[in-house]
Order: sequence, then structure tokens, then C-alpha cells
Amino acid sequence: MMLIPCPWCGPRNQIEFTYGGDATVQRPDIDAPDTAWFRYVYLRDNPRGPHDELWLHSAGCRTWFKVRRDTRTHDILASALIDEALPAGAP
Amino acid sequence: MRYSIFSLIRQAASHHQHWPLAWRSPPPKKHYDTVIIGGGGHGLATAYYLAKEHGMTNIAVLEKGWLGGGNTGRNTTIVRSNYHLEPNAHFYEFSLKLWERLSQELNFNVMYSARGVLNLVHSPADLDAAMRRGNAMRLNGIDAKFMSRDEIAAWIPNLDCSPAARFPILGGLLQPRGGTVRHDAVAWGYARAADALGVDIIQQCEVTGIRIDGGAVTGVDTTQGAIATSKIGIAVAGHSGHVAAMAGITLPIESHVLQAMVSEPVKPILDTVVTSGAVHFYVSQSDKGELVMGGDLDFYNSYAQRGNLPIVEHVVAACLALFPSFGRLRLLRTWGGIMDMTMDGSPIIGKLPVAGLYMTGGWCYGGFKATPASGFLHAHTIAHDAPHPLNAAFTLERFAQGRMIDEKGAGPYAWAH
Repeated sequence: MMLIPCPWCGPRNQIEFTYGGDATVQRPDIDAPDTAWFRYVYLRDNPRGPHDELWLHSAGCRTWFKVRRDTRTHDILASALIDEALPAGAP
Repeated sequence: MRYSIFSLIRQAASHHQHWPLAWRSPPPKKHYDTVIIGGGGHGLATAYYLAKEHGMTNIAVLEKGWLGGGNTGRNTTIVRSNYHLEPNAHFYEFSLKLWERLSQELNFNVMYSARGVLNLVHSPADLDAAMRRGNAMRLNGIDAKFMSRDEIAAWIPNLDCSPAARFPILGGLLQPRGGTVRHDAVAWGYARAADALGVDIIQQCEVTGIRIDGGAVTGVDTTQGAIATSKIGIAVAGHSGHVAAMAGITLPIESHVLQAMVSEPVKPILDTVVTSGAVHFYVSQSDKGELVMGGDLDFYNSYAQRGNLPIVEHVVAACLALFPSFGRLRLLRTWGGIMDMTMDGSPIIGKLPVAGLYMTGGWCYGGFKATPASGFLHAHTIAHDAPHPLNAAFTLERFAQGRMIDEKGAGPYAWAH
């Protein structure tokens, strides 16, 4: 069972949350070339190790926020509000 | 040695002490014409069909662990071809036809059991979708039969078909030729047959790098030394992105964990495969008597080969909603496997943008049933440096070209397929 640290509510059971995928992908400019949109929509680094990702506290405060989680162990390393940076370092 | 009733009698006379090993374990050579990365069903099948169909025998299969220790030994053994979209329908039907005669092909009993796969229908919308898919299947020459609630109730007495059920059953779409296959036997059967054709199977040999020179592959680095080759086939689903990254390629894939579980073994109680999309659940009974169950992904990126308890609870709750009498059974074991989840829910079997590099992967939930066709078509693509018509649609380029094969219509969210 994962205990996910919501930046507003504190640690809560994973069943309160909805996954939102890779937090590092950046939306291109509206007039960016198709290749940039292709990378944004479809390509993922899919790391084996620390992964910065989005979660929604859907059965709680309904905040979208960031979590850094190790995909090999499910250990949660850090969390941050959506407009804040996760701690520097890996990844 | 050919397996038969006569070899069995002969070996019985010496108390089964002199059976030859099913395959050799040679040290790796310095050079192979083709190297297959991954000694699961897909990699071993690729090697087998390269040797058998294309006469290429200087082949190595490199496996980082043991044969069939990944998803080949972790799936729920179901085979079927009940797909709607054309490329999927033809591909999986080709695979099912290979399953039907695989025991004879490999001289190894893979225990194909055409016990049927029944998709339950719980709502008018489910009903429309099942009719549409069933009609599409029949137009593609695939067996499909709609069953009424009464027919299902008579066939599967343990299933709660009453109007008072939590999710009342309106009927179901049956594929009679669907069923189960013994998964471990698939790896062992392909390994033995490939080995007999001269393929070197090398276990405990992890690939750590792919050597590229001038835009073409020249070899692999492994934990047992460097191996030169001009063709590499990647068959490592779950870790396709990790291996492709060794060649500088990013894939439209996320790795997710899918759990499965079995009950304690009981006497025969369920003689088909029952699935329900509405409650995200499927169940069959193994030949050992265990009820084999599964459901959804855990819905977060993972390479951990184990999941978390909320999904186990969900699967068990769904099981009891459909089969209340299973409530007295105890859960014996749960486990997880790592899925390549592609952005359209369909696989990638084809050339990669480095000369001599190929892959079969991106299997999402559906890799086991695809094993023979995946190996056959991956081998064809490697041998001809061009895809077979049956895998021509499953390219890596389709994502950039907007030619998605999105069976579920879920859009570019890897975990939603």
C-alpha cells in the first residue's frame, strides 16, 4: 500500500488518488511543428528509477500535485505543489 | 529425442532417470548472425521461426534471468482473438490458429484447451458493443456467438445471473475457440524446438549495451562479454523502453504493473473463461484446480513486478459480485508482471530507426495470446528486413503518422488501455 503525501492534506492512502502520468512533459507552443507535438503526446522517458509524476487527490482536496516516486520500489521520495519544483537532483 | 508414447514407455523402463535435457546451455560465441534479446515466449518463438521458416540457425537468445521467468510465467494463460479492429483481428486470429496446432508443431504438449472465452454484458450499451464486435469478428472469419442470460445461467451455474445481482447479466459474447494454454510449456516447447534447430539459448546473460556504427547495429555488450551481430531482435516487453534506450530510441510506451492471483485449488467448478469489462475482472480454473483471476492495472508507472492491495481487493470484490459461492475460498498467491503499455493499446512489431534493429513489444495486457504470431512475424521482419502483411500496421512510426490502432478508443494515455 502506498502512502501518498498530498502537499495540502498530508499523507493519505493511495485509494484517495488518481494518477496523472509523467510530470516532466512540456506542452509545446500552439504553432510548434508536428514533431514537437508528437513527442509531447506520445513519447515518454519511462525511467526505471525515480519518476516525477502527477497525482490528483480526487477523493480529498482535489489538488493536482507532483510526486517523485521510484518505479522499481514504489518508494515515494518527495512531493510538491503543481507550481513548485521537486527537489533538485535525480532525475 | 522425439516425445511420444513410445519414448515415455522406454524411459519408464529405466525409472525416468535418463531423459535427455530439453535444450543445451552453451557458452556464447563471439559472433551470431542474429541476436534475440529476451528468453520469454516471444524471443524463443522468434528464434524458432527464424530457424524453421527462414533457415537462419546461427542465432543466440540472450536471457537475463531464466527462460519464461518474466511475463511468460506471470500471465493468466488466456488465448483468444475476439478483437474488433482489422489489424488486431487478423493478427490475433493468425495467432489462435498457430495455438491450435502448436503442440504438434513443437512436439511438446502446451495443453491448449478450447474452453471458450465469455465476455459478459451488463447493460444495453455493453450489449450494443458486444453485438458490434461479434459481427465484426464474424465478418473477419472469427468465431463469435451471442449467448442469452438463460443460456449462460444453464451453462455456468455458479455465476449469479439473477436480476438481483449487483451488476445484472443481460447476456454474453462467446468465442468458443478461445481458451487457455499452459504458459510455462510455451517457453519450454519453443526453447526445445529452437535448440534442436541449432539456436543457442544463453541464460543469466543480461544485455548492457547495444553497439551501433554508422547507423547500423554491430553487436551487444552483455554480462558474459561482447557479442558481434548485424541483426538484433528485442523481445523484452515490460522493459522495451529500457533496452531501446540503449540504442538511443525513446518509445511511446510506459511500463505499468498488472497483478494476477489464484485461489487455493479446488475440484472442477468452472469450465470456461469468464470476463466482465463492467467490473474489470476475469477468471478461469487452472488444470491444478486454482481459480486464476485478474483485473485492472495498478495505474501508475512501475517496474516492481508487484502491485498494491487496493487492486487485489477490487478483483476479489468483482469475483464475489459475479460468483458469490467463491466467497469461502482463500487466496493462495498474488503476483505482478510489468506491461509495456503503448499509447494506443496495440503492440509494436517491426523495424526500429537503426539498421538491423527490430522489436516485438508494447503488448499491454495481451502478450501471451500473441506469442506464436509475434514470434512468427518478428522472425519474418528480421529475415526480410521488411514486415509481413499481418504486422505491417504495427509499426513504431504509426504514432507520428496518426495511424493509431486504438481498440478501446481511450486516447494517448498508456494506462487507460
